[in-house]
Amino acid sequence: MSLILDIAGLRVSLRRGGHLVRDVSLQVATGQVHGLVGESGAGKTMIAKAVLGILPDAVRVSTGSIGFKGTDLLSLSPRRFRALLGREIAMIPQDPLTGLNPSRRIVAQMTDTLRHHLGQSRGEARGNALRLLQEVQIRDPEKVLDRYPHELSGGMRQRVLIAMAFATEPSLIIADEPTTALDVTVQKQILRLIRQMQERHGTAVLFVTHDLGVVAKICHQVTVLHTGQVVEQGSIDHVMSNAAAPFTRALMAATPRYDQPADALHPVPEAVHQTLRDAARTFDGRNP
Amino acid sequence: MTTALLNWRILVGGGIVALLALIALFAPLLAPVDPLEQDLFLELLPPWWQADADPTRALGADSLGRDVLSRLIHAARPALIVAVVAGTLTMLLGTALGLMAGYMGGVVDTLISRMVDIWTSFPAVLLAIMLVALIGTGLHSVIIAIVLIDWTRFCRVVRAETLAQAEMEYIDAAVTGGLRRGAILFREVLPNILPLVIVLLTLEMSIAIIVEAVLSFVGLSVSSDSPTWGGMIAEGRQVIHQAWWVMAFPMGLILIAVLALNLLGDGLKTALDPVLRR
Ligand SMILES: Nc1ncnc2c1ncn2[C@@H]1O[C@H](COP(=O)(O)OP(=O)(O)O)[C@@H](O)[C@H]1O
Ligand SMILES: [Mg+2]
Repeated sequence: MSLILDIAGLRVSLRRGGHLVRDVSLQVATGQVHGLVGESGAGKTMIAKAVLGILPDAVRVSTGSIGFKGTDLLSLSPRRFRALLGREIAMIPQDPLTGLNPSRRIVAQMTDTLRHHLGQSRGEARGNALRLLQEVQIRDPEKVLDRYPHELSGGMRQRVLIAMAFATEPSLIIADEPTTALDVTVQKQILRLIRQMQERHGTAVLFVTHDLGVVAKICHQVTVLHTGQVVEQGSIDHVMSNAAAPFTRALMAATPRYDQPADALHPVPEAVHQTLRDAARTFDGRNP
Repeated sequence: MTTALLNWRILVGGGIVALLALIALFAPLLAPVDPLEQDLFLELLPPWWQADADPTRALGADSLGRDVLSRLIHAARPALIVAVVAGTLTMLLGTALGLMAGYMGGVVDTLISRMVDIWTSFPAVLLAIMLVALIGTGLHSVIIAIVLIDWTRFCRVVRAETLAQAEMEYIDAAVTGGLRRGAILFREVLPNILPLVIVLLTLEMSIAIIVEAVLSFVGLSVSSDSPTWGGMIAEGRQVIHQAWWVMAFPMGLILIAVLALNLLGDGLKTALDPVLRR
């Protein structure tokens, strides 16, 4: 199985000093969903943004490489990188409310990449946008095309964003908490949709979430992150059945399950956090 | 959508503004007599509803016996020119600088923001009078003065709004769509700022009318023989006890123009905002 994304020794640091991501390596194979899971602040978003080249100004990649189909994205000129973005690599935003431009009609936003990267005419791109909306099972797709985002529900907006991500048939989609802003019932539908679309199009997905339960539902591989370090990595079956790291086990115990009462939940013990924070401190001592 | 675009504020405000614009445009045809023609027999003639009025001088005459109505109509021209030209130029300059500051950040932002701070620390009217005294009187210098002083109003608001929009995830989405920064600025950011800019424009036009009136009141606008609303107020002030109407009519007209523009701006704000638009 060939690799689509090959992140090696990625270190993301603050410009004024300090690390947010500490030598993370992870691979996403063709057509696979790779879950990147960890608590809030673990550095998941920084990894996703590093791949997409949209790190905040205060933050930079200090070492490591981000291989995409054999090319290091970090070595590309801005122009050649832009040619990949929206064409070969796409993103599903987290918040369906701000992920769409409130002033532009759905059709205008959906056809941007089709026209820009594939050179389609307005009419051609509209036809394709319509087909995509049908594919993500939106009712009245013809009408939705001419609507503004605020006229759609949160679930519909997220479907539009998913359709947009798949529009140019990219090989890799980065989805940063794409269901976190949705309520639980819609969340499940959207997860199923992402998985369906991904399988049908053979797209690799880096799926970022804080929810191990979500990872278990749709991922093939999983990387568990804490304080910017990988604490566990492997196939989902392997990690779920015999997790080695105490943090992964604690995270599993802290994840709600439908087949267990809520009082069976245990928060991650402070000692587990402390061990990993100490490890991060040791790392920073060695790599100032 | 067309019905939502036409709320009552736009109809009333826009209607009055359009009417004033038409009056300015067709002033020579509409004015009953020559606004400069003096007739000393008609000195301080009262308006039509009062005793010993003259039917050919509907709104009375000023201290030189000139027809108030004809002068009001002709004075709408400099007011309209200043409102449109100064308003538009101020909008273009302030919006361009605000977009640059907000979207480019860094040194550009620091430079522009400092300039705004220094600029706004001067009292505006004083600055205007100083500027016109420096450039010389005339309509063009009134316009230059307004643009040079008021660009900060647009710049500040547009910069803040651009910064707010840049935080939105749809900007990230556009960047990761592979679009160029310039394209994103014009296609994604600008449409979200435009409603605000248009509202500010109507506000700026009303300010321009007031500034023009103030400058012609102190004699720094167009040459003193062609009529302006500000100049008429200045002349009327001297005869306020004998003939209040000479001053009251231009004041009322300025008030109506300013209120109409603000009403129009208010209406446009709701009509142009896709979220408020229903
Ligand atoms: N713009 C920023 N500037 C500096 N530090 C940031 C910025 N954004 C996030 N961080 C820090 O980076 C760390 C990782 O954040 P993030 O990747 O967003 O976590 P996650 O997505 O796993 O919740 C956090 O400690 C956070 O405080
Ligand atoms: Mg995050």
